[in-house]
Amino acid sequence: MSSTAAIDSIACPACKSSIDAHSLRLNLNVCPSCQYHFRMEAPDRVEYLADKDSFVEFYRNMKSLNPISMDGYEEKLFEAVQKSRLTEAVLTGTCTIDGIPIALAIMSFSFMGGSMGSVVGEKITRAIMIGVEKKCPVVIYATSGGARMQEGIFSLMQMAKTASAAAELDRAGLPLFLVLCDPTTGGVTASFAMLGDIIIAEPGALIGFAGPRVIEGTIKQSLPEGFQRAEFQLEKGFVDVICPRGEQRALLVRLLKMHGFTGQDKEGKR
Amino acid sequence: MSVSKKVQHSLDELRKKAEEAGIDIQDELKRIADKVEKTTSSAKAWKRVELARNPDRPRALDIISAICEDFVELHGDRHYGDDPALIGGVGVIDGIAVTIIANQKGRNLKETMARNGGMANPEGYRKALRLARQAEKFHRPIITLIDTQGAFPGLGAEERGIGEAIALNLREFSQLKTPIICIVIGEGGSGGALGIGVGDKIYMLENAVYSVISPEGYASILLRDSSKAKHAAAMMKITAEDILELKVCNGIIGEPAGGAHLDPKATSKAIREVIIKDLKDLMPRNPAVLVRYRNQKIRKFGHFTEE
Repeated sequence: MSSTAAIDSIACPACKSSIDAHSLRLNLNVCPSCQYHFRMEAPDRVEYLADKDSFVEFYRNMKSLNPISMDGYEEKLFEAVQKSRLTEAVLTGTCTIDGIPIALAIMSFSFMGGSMGSVVGEKITRAIMIGVEKKCPVVIYATSGGARMQEGIFSLMQMAKTASAAAELDRAGLPLFLVLCDPTTGGVTASFAMLGDIIIAEPGALIGFAGPRVIEGTIKQSLPEGFQRAEFQLEKGFVDVICPRGEQRALLVRLLKMHGFTGQDKEGKR
Repeated sequence: MSVSKKVQHSLDELRKKAEEAGIDIQDELKRIADKVEKTTSSAKAWKRVELARNPDRPRALDIISAICEDFVELHGDRHYGDDPALIGGVGVIDGIAVTIIANQKGRNLKETMARNGGMANPEGYRKALRLARQAEKFHRPIITLIDTQGAFPGLGAEERGIGEAIALNLREFSQLKTPIICIVIGEGGSGGALGIGVGDKIYMLENAVYSVISPEGYASILLRDSSKAKHAAAMMKITAEDILELKVCNGIIGEPAGGAHLDPKATSKAIREVIIKDLKDLMPRNPAVLVRYRNQKIRKFGHFTEE
């Protein structure tokens, strides 16, 4: 978390215990007392997941061209870049994980709410296409409030674009693994995030299409406790497995191996 | 003379007089001109939104009965139920059997209630997918008629995976080996519209709108003022002309003067002509090539630089 550097101790929103910033970071932004999962930035996730020095970032300089000339959008993007270590709401590249080559895309909620515009859609699409070209599995960490509304109809079309790429990976017989983080909603849920061959969720993550406030506005009553949380989605059949952050790497490695990918055979056995 | 032209005319006169008097009011004039431009474009865009939402506008079933020689509605997703907000079936247009999938809003209050205002649940999208796959099996082209504010943001829709249902349609429609023609006939709202909106040809009726979120939603979320919906409607570029200019649709189907509701027959006739022309163009094509082109087109959406 970007805010952890400046503040020495952080109150856990779940158990209210006070955690010092350093130990929170060491514990992968998970509360040591109650296992509450704080949000995590993409570069920190790369550090946790990828074999040391194996990550190669692609398309870092891709920038939106403000496709519908929306007032104030360029300033908003500039501000988001200034405030973060990121250039957009998704980080893409390749790496090895336990020696297994993968294509990786990791979203950050802190960058304009992880919203998907032209750049996020294109980078996700290209990360999937790296999988097709290199015949390697694709792992995507999703977190998003939905479409980047400042890009109008183009943000909507990114849903079709990423889904089209997922179809191509399907046809190539290669795995798409999704890890859904808090929150994953809107157009991202209704496109690539729900198209994983295997969908993993972080504990407690909010996962849904319509946001809770929109639903409350529709039904005119408050939502039941735990509605749209990862545990709810598991029960409803939309998530394969809930996995705590600290165990995700090991789980991904086991699954990659079960799909015939090993560290020795860099092309991947099919 | 329109209001904006009248104002422009007065501004020109004022400019002349100020020049004669040696007063520089260029900046002030530009500010007024910008404001006029914004107001008129808002009014224009909002007029379209109102026409797209007009309760008398022909609905999908009106259009279907007008463009088809025969039509049999087919129900249900074979898993959970039938969604009256998203309908489908097999029809015959100019002797050609087609599968039609459409959002159906109500034509009166009672039907609007029964059809949930055209806002579909997951079973609607799953029925659409079932019928689309059936169309592919029997080599029938698919026509979709889009007219929805969006998918239903309700409890049950979430419990039954509305996100997954739409996502699956986006992926599967991109791969169907049969021609798909999509026409936005009224409101094209968000993922709920796109869920039956992936195809080879995308058209919009002249007064239809297509957007990622409603102008009201945009105004309340991004402008933090829901009363600015008219302003948002212009900013978001949602009219048929805008969408054509942005190259997200292939063409605009003209409506009678004053809107489709004033002459539903003529509107349907125009729709039918476009469908027949496109069917003749698309049906002889190699399905694999059709799918390749469809995906190439989808992959191009977006504007970015890599410098």
